[in-house]
Amino acid sequence: METFVAGLHAFLVAPFLDMVSLPDFLLQVIWEGFVSGILYALIALGFVLIYKASAVFNFAQGIMVVFAALVLVSLFDLGVPAWLALIITIAVMGLLALSVERLVLRKLVNQHEAILLMATIGLTLVLKGAGQLVFGGEPKSMITEELGFSTGSSDWEVFDGIVIFQHIDIAAAVIAIIMVAVLGVFFSKTRIGRALRAVADDHQAALSVGISLNQIWAIVWFASGIVALVTGIMWGARSDVSFALEIIALKALAVLILGGFTSVPGAIVGGLIVGIGEKLFEVYWGPMFGGGVEAWFAYVLALIFLLFRPQGMFGERHIERV
Amino acid sequence: MKPQNKLKKLGCAAIAAAAFAVTLPVAQAEDTLFIPSLTYRTGPFAGGGIPFADGFADYFNMLNERDGGIGGAKLIVEECETAYNTQKGVECYEATKDKGALAYNPLSTGITLALIPKAPVDEIPVFSMGYGLSAAAIGEKFPWTFVYPTTYWNQLSSILKYIDANGGLKDQKVGFIYLDVGYGKEPLPLLENLSGTMGFELAKYPVGVKEMQNQSAQWLNVRKDKPDWMIMWGWGAMNPTAVKEAAKIRYPLDRFIGNWWAGSHNDLKAVGKPGKGYMAANFSGIGQDFPAVQDILKHVVEKGNSKVASADDVGNVLYNRGMFNAVILAEAIKVAQEMTGKAAITGADMRVGLENINLDEARLKELGLEGFTGPIKGSCADHEGAGSVFLQQWNGEDWEKVTDLIEPMNDTVRPLLEEAADKYVSDKPDWEGQTCT
Repeated sequence: METFVAGLHAFLVAPFLDMVSLPDFLLQVIWEGFVSGILYALIALGFVLIYKASAVFNFAQGIMVVFAALVLVSLFDLGVPAWLALIITIAVMGLLALSVERLVLRKLVNQHEAILLMATIGLTLVLKGAGQLVFGGEPKSMITEELGFSTGSSDWEVFDGIVIFQHIDIAAAVIAIIMVAVLGVFFSKTRIGRALRAVADDHQAALSVGISLNQIWAIVWFASGIVALVTGIMWGARSDVSFALEIIALKALAVLILGGFTSVPGAIVGGLIVGIGEKLFEVYWGPMFGGGVEAWFAYVLALIFLLFRPQGMFGERHIERV
Repeated sequence: MKPQNKLKKLGCAAIAAAAFAVTLPVAQAEDTLFIPSLTYRTGPFAGGGIPFADGFADYFNMLNERDGGIGGAKLIVEECETAYNTQKGVECYEATKDKGALAYNPLSTGITLALIPKAPVDEIPVFSMGYGLSAAAIGEKFPWTFVYPTTYWNQLSSILKYIDANGGLKDQKVGFIYLDVGYGKEPLPLLENLSGTMGFELAKYPVGVKEMQNQSAQWLNVRKDKPDWMIMWGWGAMNPTAVKEAAKIRYPLDRFIGNWWAGSHNDLKAVGKPGKGYMAANFSGIGQDFPAVQDILKHVVEKGNSKVASADDVGNVLYNRGMFNAVILAEAIKVAQEMTGKAAITGADMRVGLENINLDEARLKELGLEGFTGPIKGSCADHEGAGSVFLQQWNGEDWEKVTDLIEPMNDTVRPLLEEAADKYVSDKPDWEGQTCT
């Protein structure tokens, strides 16, 4: 009985006492979770954009992050100035979007979602192979400072302690917020945005009212490519630019299940829940499990959501009548 | 000259000639030596796999170009891509073992563990140089597996010895951050054991493969726990991320020591100046200032027969590590040829060659590797060589060797390795060891 009570205390009380005893540290944990959440949200955003416009789950989003980051740093390594390299990379992502539309999607209009998913798996393999052929497998350094981002940090003295803010993390948060705002306006206020939603609902119906499917798909893949580039820069700055970055995209699955596959705000809220939740859980409850709980926390959370709200917090509920 | 002396000289000459006839390999025109190379030039760990594979292949190519192979037999190195995936590694093994493979270098603890039981069946030794199963150092229990020049366990003991000599270990808190796979968990039994006997507190920080580039939670825990020293068993993208996170929480980097897979140029070039002070273990020399490395540049790289992106990559930590892997295999081939009198040896001959290897300082100098590493002497019982490691430190731009070779705590570690070896074979009734006299 005593062991049971001690266990309950360790799980339900002690973590909160820890939080109260070191409030500056708690703020640091929340900030780190917020930054991770924003970065997860950026990856999830890439998935949402394409799913919204074509009902395709883009399995290639992770490798697009790697591809965009590698193009950028490789151009710089070749002597191209950083900002020019950035512009060329954006153009390359545009070219990739046009190629995907022309060579892959155009021939698959009105096909089953599973076929479109398989097409994006094929695209992943092509990009991975081509990327390794062109850029090699060796890791590269992100050109953070060259792009004008500060790599320093600032301290906030609070509650007799400090909270450290990395400037690159602040930049990631600001850029993500701007991107979400722009995309939100784009989807709800512009003609193309409304056309995107029409295409997602029904390819043939959209075609019959004069919406250019090809144009819409090229636009969303390009927008998704830009999101991938920003994601690659931010994640690359935290580590290095290598094919290992692709693995990060897996975390976005949990974010999408939480936020819904079709919602831009959902991607953001889902990202923040996963980011902040997993940091709090790892730091305050992780030691009870031997650490490493971040590896499964997001997926357990997603499973719970699937049980009670399978369409996610902001996703559209589909009711199919027989 | 007295007839007695003449006879004595003739006798000596005859004995010498007989010995020469026995020991000198007789090369046939078609003699070849097949070395499979399990590489990972692709995938999330390619940053470590590429330079290692380059150094490995270039040394054998250099021997072909400079010496015509070994003992007159040409070396054939065939790469098989594993992407650091155990299943693919086993597929590579099955696809190449019948080509006359002399030894396997799995370059992954997961693949090593899968191949250890296959080695005695197919009679092809497994050489996991400084990685894999530490207990395989015990030759009586693992006749077909070799781990020269040292094991993860002995490496850890050298690192702890360094810490002990720099302020003492007793009552200190040591943090251990590791990749949460077989490789990263391998030294945990020893660490847990020594924390009790040496009187230090241990804090563990596992990092999942999917979290390699997302370690802020682990380092927040480090900030909270305030360990006096940090030790890392990392690989791939985990390493630069860990050093960046350590710098971010302002952990003193000269008290953060990585193992020999967490101290390559690729790891730290992505970190740059903020990584200044970080330390890592190593057992192979750094740089191009070795005659053997110069020979590679001359006979292979300058002729355009290397896969290195740039000649500057030759001499990097992992390039030289791969080269050293090839050096040990080449030496084992030479020993096996001398012992069997054959140029084209088999996997079983190679096992004997590996077991009788003796890379002393004189031999290292002869090979153009003076000061490159510590001496390695194998035996039937000792498949580890009980080698030492040195520590290197990142100066913001490059690695610098900062200690002499640190001998491992053999007296402490060897009995634990024997215990672990006994445990490994205890549930394998058909396992065949060997008796060493």
